[in-house]
Parts: sequence; structure tokens; C-alpha cells
Amino acid sequence: MKKRSLSPGDRLFEWSIDLFLVGVLVVTLVPLWYVVMISLLPFGKSPSLFLAPWDWSFEAYAQLVFQPTIWRAALNSLVLTLGGVAISLTLTVLAAYPLSRRELPGRNLFVGLILFTFLFNAGLIPTFLVVKDLGLLNTYWSVLLNGAVSVYNLLVMKTFFQSLPESLEEAARIDGANDWQVLWHVVLPLSRPILLTIGLFYGVANWNNFFEPILFLSDRSLMPLPVVLRDILTGLNVAEYVEGTAAQAAPAEALKMAAVVLITLPMLLVYPWIQRYFTKGVLIGSVKE
Amino acid sequence: MNPATAKSLAGHNGPATLVRRIWRYRLLYLMLLPGLLYFLIFRYWPLWNAQIAFKDFQPTLGVWGSPWVGLQHFQDFFSSYYFGQLLANTLVISLAKIALGIPPAILLAIALHETSRRFLARVVQTMSYLPHFLSWVIVYGILLAMLSPSEGLVNHGLRALGLEPIPFLTSTATFQPVVVLSEVWKETGWSAILFLAALLSINPALYEAAAIDGASRWQQVRHISLPGLMDVLVLVVLLKIGSILDAGFHQIFVLYSLPVYSVGDIIDTWVYRQGIQNFQFSLATAVGLFKGLIGLVLIVVANRLARRFTGSSLY
Repeated sequence: MKKRSLSPGDRLFEWSIDLFLVGVLVVTLVPLWYVVMISLLPFGKSPSLFLAPWDWSFEAYAQLVFQPTIWRAALNSLVLTLGGVAISLTLTVLAAYPLSRRELPGRNLFVGLILFTFLFNAGLIPTFLVVKDLGLLNTYWSVLLNGAVSVYNLLVMKTFFQSLPESLEEAARIDGANDWQVLWHVVLPLSRPILLTIGLFYGVANWNNFFEPILFLSDRSLMPLPVVLRDILTGLNVAEYVEGTAAQAAPAEALKMAAVVLITLPMLLVYPWIQRYFTKGVLIGSVKE
Repeated sequence: MNPATAKSLAGHNGPATLVRRIWRYRLLYLMLLPGLLYFLIFRYWPLWNAQIAFKDFQPTLGVWGSPWVGLQHFQDFFSSYYFGQLLANTLVISLAKIALGIPPAILLAIALHETSRRFLARVVQTMSYLPHFLSWVIVYGILLAMLSPSEGLVNHGLRALGLEPIPFLTSTATFQPVVVLSEVWKETGWSAILFLAALLSINPALYEAAAIDGASRWQQVRHISLPGLMDVLVLVVLLKIGSILDAGFHQIFVLYSLPVYSVGDIIDTWVYRQGIQNFQFSLATAVGLFKGLIGLVLIVVANRLARRFTGSSLY
């Protein structure tokens, strides 16, 4: 990008910059690498940064993969993640589009009402009481609905809709399309990148969500993967995940780290898309009217 | 006639009454309805429920039927031993996260911008974002791998040096540093994005002119890149200070345990335990409301300042 200069000071500068970047890489990756190494640890060995391939044991993975509890939790996570994205994206698009139309009477009032909830939060307990009074405790609706719309995502989407050329919508209206048809046939097809970005924002948040399930759900069979992972890591309810006899086969540490790896894997699989669209989302979000 | 053309023909002073204007946009209002209902139910109804901060809430009597007690819960909290401790923990952890989190992010952004090894830059960028997308539960697992007294990598190192292993996650001396540094590890790559974007928006001609004038690379960073980051830096710092009472509830909720409550307990974790686990609904609501009000003032002031100093703002 920049022309290389030959002065010794500049060479030192470049070297230290590159060294720093390598340092960042090492600091980021060593913990992840070490987690994988522990997860492959055979019984009776102590962990090290470099475990020889002939020492690898997949016993911990085998124990976890054959646990019905894990699969049920994975299914729960899938339902909460995909269901959550569907609900959140629908509500966000439907609210963002009208609010992106400057001529809508009362628009500022509605934006103000929504923005206020971003600035002031009544707190955990009053919200908990709402979910309780609606009879949603211990159902998925509590988790799916309580965090359904993020004000930030809504405003990013609204900003994006406002940036679309008005002439296209105008043309569709002259052809007799109503607002619904304009949204569906003109606006949404142009909004694929932002839909993917916001969809991924919601998806990642849902996949990682552990607090709301703990707060609202009490039935253990409804718990998603992060809650199960927390239990495995803290040694809670371990009997549910590992049978007493099989616990001899893999060290407890290996079991914990294998669980960390298994739950991280799905995230790694979609990471290329996340990386591509998230950075865009952040930058769109930072551009204000 | 369709609304847009009608409007452009009639101009803004058209004869349509308010009712007719609203009717014209009925489809838009219909679209807006589900979202508005969401905010009314899940964000405004809790505001109504927050009145139990001033009441002695009894579930059988409900929010409205419970007897008023005035400011008693607030007085109880302010005069309790917890008040100072929670506020101190919250502020110390938040401020340390700001002070120790921003410099590495700026350094990383500058390094990514300055390096001539594009491949290295791309790899570092991809990898350094990754932890941002990991749940705190997963990071807790990673921290166990690094810090657990028996198997943790760091404690292996300490033992190899002949030192005693340290129970980092359960010792009052190390818990706060673990909270702050794990946040730095998780978020540095992600926070660098905003700074990198600011660097990329600097006119390249400035660097070229400086190079022609004989400025070293370091001088270019010092006199072009750093000043170019000032606006974003001011914005980021102000907005972080605006949310200073959010010291990282989800993180601490996962990482803390009984032995470190004295240093790890923040306002949010205390509210959760008092309210959900000890059923002190009114007291917990009062503390939550206190936090919400201070937070509202801080964020509004921070946003005003940001707009004045940088011309950009959060909302």
C-alpha cells in the first residue's frame, strides 16, 4: 500500500508494527489452541501446548456426542436462534420501513418513543414481571419475544432504507403499487446486504444468549447449549451429561474443553459470512442522518 | 389517486385533514403496529411496573394493589453497606475497561493501517474479531483453560518458575484484573474497526505530502494518523462514559462466584440476586431504577458533549 522507504528508522518502525501484529495474533490464538489441546487430552496425561498427534484422544468428544442432553440442547438452541431471527427480522423490517418514510405523520413521535427505550431501561425486575404476568415464564415465547427488537438494529435498518434512491419507490407508486407492495417488491430486494447483516446480528445474539433462558426458563429440558455448557464448566448437574462409569474414560478437563469446542464450531462455520457482513453493519451503524 | 403523486401535486399545504392524511398512510401504520406493540408491552409496561420501587410489592396484591412505602427502599439501599461497594466495583471495572481497552484498539488499528504486509493484516483482522462473537460462557471455558489452578496454562508457567499457582477466578486480588483483561482480549479486534475506518478516511495525499517533506513513518503516525483519530476517540470515550454503570453484567454473571462477590459484584448482578433469587422485588427494582436514571442522565449528557465536540453522536 505504502512505498517502502529505506531509512533505518522507518525499517524499525515497520518491523515493530509487524511484530505487534504477530503478537496480537499469538495472544488471540494461543488460548483457543490450548482449549483444543486440552480437549484432546487422554486420561492420565497432563496438558501441554503441544500435544503429539499420537497422544490425541477423542474420548471426550465421543462421550459428549452420544449424550441425548447435548442434542436436545442443540435443538433448543436451533429453535431459539432461527425462530428468534425470523421474529426479530420481521418486526424490525416492518417497523423500520414506515419510520424511514419522512412524510409519515407522527414519525418523529414514534422514533422518539422507541429511542427513549434505548436511553432508559426500567430494569430487570419490572421486565421480569411483565413476562410473568403474560404467562410466558418457562415457555420459549419469553426468550423469543422479550429481546425481539433491538433499537440499534432498527435504527440501522431505518437509516439503510432512507439511503435507497427514492425514485425507484416513486416509480413503483406511479405504477399503482401500494406501500406494502413497494416494501415487498422494491425495497426488500434492494436490501439483501442489510437483511443479512441484521439477521446475523440477531442470530449471533440468540445463539450466544444464556441469560434470558436462565432467567425465564426453569424446565431443564428447554435449556439451550450455552446454559448446558455453563453447567458442564461449573460441574453443575454433571450426571445429566456424563454417565458415572464413562467419566473414567476422559479427564474432566478434557470433557469441559471438548464441550467448549463443540459449541464454538457452529459459530466458526458461519464466521466467514459474519465477518463479511458484520463489519459492514458496524460501519453503516456509525453513519448518522 | 395515489398518495405520493397527490402530495407532489398538492404540495405540502394540501387540503387534506389530519384524519385523511393518516388514512392515506394506513398501510404504513399497520406495518408499524407490531413493532409499536412490542415496545409498549416489553419496554413501556415495565416502566409502569417500576412503581413497585416505591411500594412494598406483594405478588398476591399485584403491582397496583401493593401498599406505597415512599422512598424507603432507596433509603435502605443508600444507607446499606452494599451501596458503596457496588458503586465502587461498577465504576472501577468500567473505568479500567475503558482505560485499558481503548489504547490496544487504537494501536491495532494503526498497525493494521500501517503495515505493508496485507496478508498479515488480513489474517490478524479476521482472527482478532473472532472472540467478539463468542459467548461469555465460551470465554469462561477458555479462561478456565488458561487460569484454572490445576490445569491452567498460566499456572503451569508459574509452577515451572517455581511459584505457587494462583486461583485467578476465585481470588479477590485477581478477579477484577481477570474481568478487565478478558474483556480486552475479547473486544480489542472489534473496537479497532471504528478506529480503522477513521484512519481509512484520512486523505492519502496528507501522507504523501508528509513523505515528500521527509517525515518518517513514525512522524506521519504522530502528526497525521493520531490527530485523524481524535474525533472518533472523543466519541467512543464519551459514549463509554455514558454507559459507565454497565460494567458487563453477562460477563460477571458467568465469571463470578461467592468468594469474589466483594470485588466482582456490580449493580446489575446484585439486582439479579436480590430480585430473582431472594425475591426482594421492590428493593431490586429501586436499585435498578436508580441505575437507570443515572444512566439516562449520563448518556444524554455524553451525547450532547459528543455532538458539540465532534459533530457526530449516538442518536
